[in-house]
Amino acid sequence: MELTVGANQFFWSADIWASFYDDLANAPVDRVVLGELVCSKRLPFYQDRIPEAIATLLEAGKEVALTSLALITLKRERKLTSELTEMGVEVEINDLTALAHLPEGTRFSVGPLVNVYNEGTIAWLAARGATRVCLPPELPLTSVEILTATAAKLGVAIEVWGHGRLPLAISGRCYHARLHGRTKDNCQFACEDDPDGLDISTLDGQPFLAMNGVQTLSDSYACSAYQAEALAKAGVAALRLSPQSSGFDELCQLYRQLVDRGRDAAHVADAIGRIDGNIRLSDGFLTGARGVDWSGKPAQP
Amino acid sequence: MVMEIVCPAGTPAALRAAVKAGAHTVYCGFADETNARNFPGLNFDRTEMREGVAFAHSHGTKVLIAINTFPRAGDEAIWHRAVSDAESCGADAVILADIGLLDYAARSHPGLRRHLSVQAAAANSDVINFYAEAFGVKRVVLPRVLSLPEIAVINAETDVETEVFVFGGLCVMAEGRCSLSSYATGLSPNMNGVCSPASHVEYHDDDGVLDARLGGYTIHRVEQNEAAPYPTLCKGCFGTNGKTGHLFEDPVSLNAERLIPQLQKAGVSALKIEGRQRSRSYVAQVVRNFRAAVDALEAGKPMPEGMLARLSEGQAMTTGAYKKTWR
Repeated sequence: MELTVGANQFFWSADIWASFYDDLANAPVDRVVLGELVCSKRLPFYQDRIPEAIATLLEAGKEVALTSLALITLKRERKLTSELTEMGVEVEINDLTALAHLPEGTRFSVGPLVNVYNEGTIAWLAARGATRVCLPPELPLTSVEILTATAAKLGVAIEVWGHGRLPLAISGRCYHARLHGRTKDNCQFACEDDPDGLDISTLDGQPFLAMNGVQTLSDSYACSAYQAEALAKAGVAALRLSPQSSGFDELCQLYRQLVDRGRDAAHVADAIGRIDGNIRLSDGFLTGARGVDWSGKPAQP
Repeated sequence: MVMEIVCPAGTPAALRAAVKAGAHTVYCGFADETNARNFPGLNFDRTEMREGVAFAHSHGTKVLIAINTFPRAGDEAIWHRAVSDAESCGADAVILADIGLLDYAARSHPGLRRHLSVQAAAANSDVINFYAEAFGVKRVVLPRVLSLPEIAVINAETDVETEVFVFGGLCVMAEGRCSLSSYATGLSPNMNGVCSPASHVEYHDDDGVLDARLGGYTIHRVEQNEAAPYPTLCKGCFGTNGKTGHLFEDPVSLNAERLIPQLQKAGVSALKIEGRQRSRSYVAQVVRNFRAAVDALEAGKPMPEGMLARLSEGQAMTTGAYKKTWR
C-alpha cells in the first residue's frame, strides 16, 4: 500500500504550514493533498505559499493534489473553487460543488468528505473522471472490501482513512467563534491557537471531541495499524494520514514500516500512541461497534 | 403562487390527519433503513403506502417518499426496490440523497419526479444546478446552515424549486455529512437512518442530580426538578478549557413562522415541517397553523402571530441560520 497525506484540517501560521510541506518532501510518503479544506477565511494567510510547496513536493517525486473546501456556500468560495484547476495539479473534490466546476473529461480524485457509500456512486464518479476515492471514515471494513473490488474493475484506486483525528461534522456555524461570543464573519481567528483542534470533554470530564472552527473532529486519533493487513489484502491502494502538529515525520516512518511489513502492528500502534504522549487511538469505524472503539488487536480475516 | 406546506407523516394515521388539516403535500418513508427516520414503530409498509397515497390523492394532496439514506455496499437492491415501489405506490416524487441512487432512479424510473434530500447538503446554486443537469432533480431541500440572503441568491441562480425547513428539529451540522452519532453509538443518519438513537440513551439519577448519557457519554446534567432534554449529540452540554456549556447548539428547535414572508420573497417554493416521529395531533396542529399563515400571506392579510410556541414542548425556539446570527 501507498501512503497519502491528506489535507491539513487545522489553522497553522504560514511559516509552520510551509515548513510542514518542506519536511514532507523528505518523508516516506507517496502522495500529498494540500490546500484549504475547512474554512475559506484561513486561506489568505498562506495561499501565496502553495505554489512553492507544490513545486517542492513534485520535485521530491510526490504526487500532489489540491483539495476543495468541504462546505461551499459563499460567492467568494464558489469563485475559489472554480479556480482550483489553475494550479496545474489534480483536484480532490470534498464537496460536489467542485465537480460542477471541473471541465467535463477532467480527471479528479474524491476526498473523504464526499459521500461514497456504494457501488453505484463509485461507478457514476468513475464515469465522470474519478481515478481515486478516499472513502468516508465511517465505512466498515466489509463495505471497504466490496467497494475496493468494484473500484478495481473501474480503474479507480481506493484510499482509506489511516490515521488522525476523524472529521465527524461540518457546519455553517463556527464553534470556535461561538465559544468566544463571536460570529463567523467576526471570528478574529479564534481557532489559530489550537493546532490540533480544541479538546472537548463530557460532563464527566471524559475526552470526547475536538473543535476546529466550523468542523468537529473526534478526540481520538484513528489508527489503522491493526487493519492495515486486511486493507492491503482487500486491495486498498493507500492509507491516508492526516497532518498533526507534532511527530508527523516519525508517524510517516512508522506507517511506512507497517505497510512495508517491516514492523508488526502492535509495535507500530504502541509507538504511535507514544508520539504525542497523551492521545487516545480508535479504529472502531473499520472493525468496532462504534467509531470511538479501539480494537487493540488485528482485524479478523 | 401560494407556498406549499410539506408535512411529515410517520404513520398512516398521521398522514390522514395531515391531509385533513390541509397539507398541500405529505412526506413519508418505508419502514426500513432506506429512510432517515428509521425509528421503531414508524413508517409505512408497502400496502399502507399504496393506501396512504390513494387517500392523499383523493383529497388533492401530494405524497413524497423519502429514500434518503446512503445505500450500503452490497445491498443496493434494497434501495433500488424502494424506488421502484415508490413509483408503483403512486408517489408524486422521491426524495433522494445518494449519487448512485439518483443515477439509478434517473435511468430506471425517468418518469418518477426526483427531489434532492437535505441529506445531500447542496448549499449553493452551482451544485444544485449540477444535480439538476446530471440527475434531472426538480426540487432541492436546502440544508439548515443557510441564511435568508444566501437562499435568495440560490433562487436567483437556479430554476430548481427550493424547499426549506420552517419548524421542528434543527440540525446545526450540514446534514448527511455528520458522523457524530456513529462515532458515539455505531448508528448513523447516513447508514442507518437514525441520530443519537433512543436505544443508546441512559438516564442516571445520582442523589437528585439527573444525568443523561448517550453511548455512555454524559452530555446533560440537571437537578431533579428541571426538565431533562433528550441527549442529542450536537445539542449536548460539554466542557472545554474549564468552560462548560452547549458548545454547538442549545437544546432548541426551529421555528421560522415569522420569516414566512421573507422566505417567499427569497423565492422559496415549499415550507417543510420536520417531525415524522411526532403524533398525529401535533402534526395536524402545526399544519393548520402553517396553512393559515401561507393562506393569509397569499390573501394579503396580516400573519397570525406566535401561533406555534406552545407546541415546542417547553423547548426554546430559534430561527436557526436564517437570520444570519451564525455569521
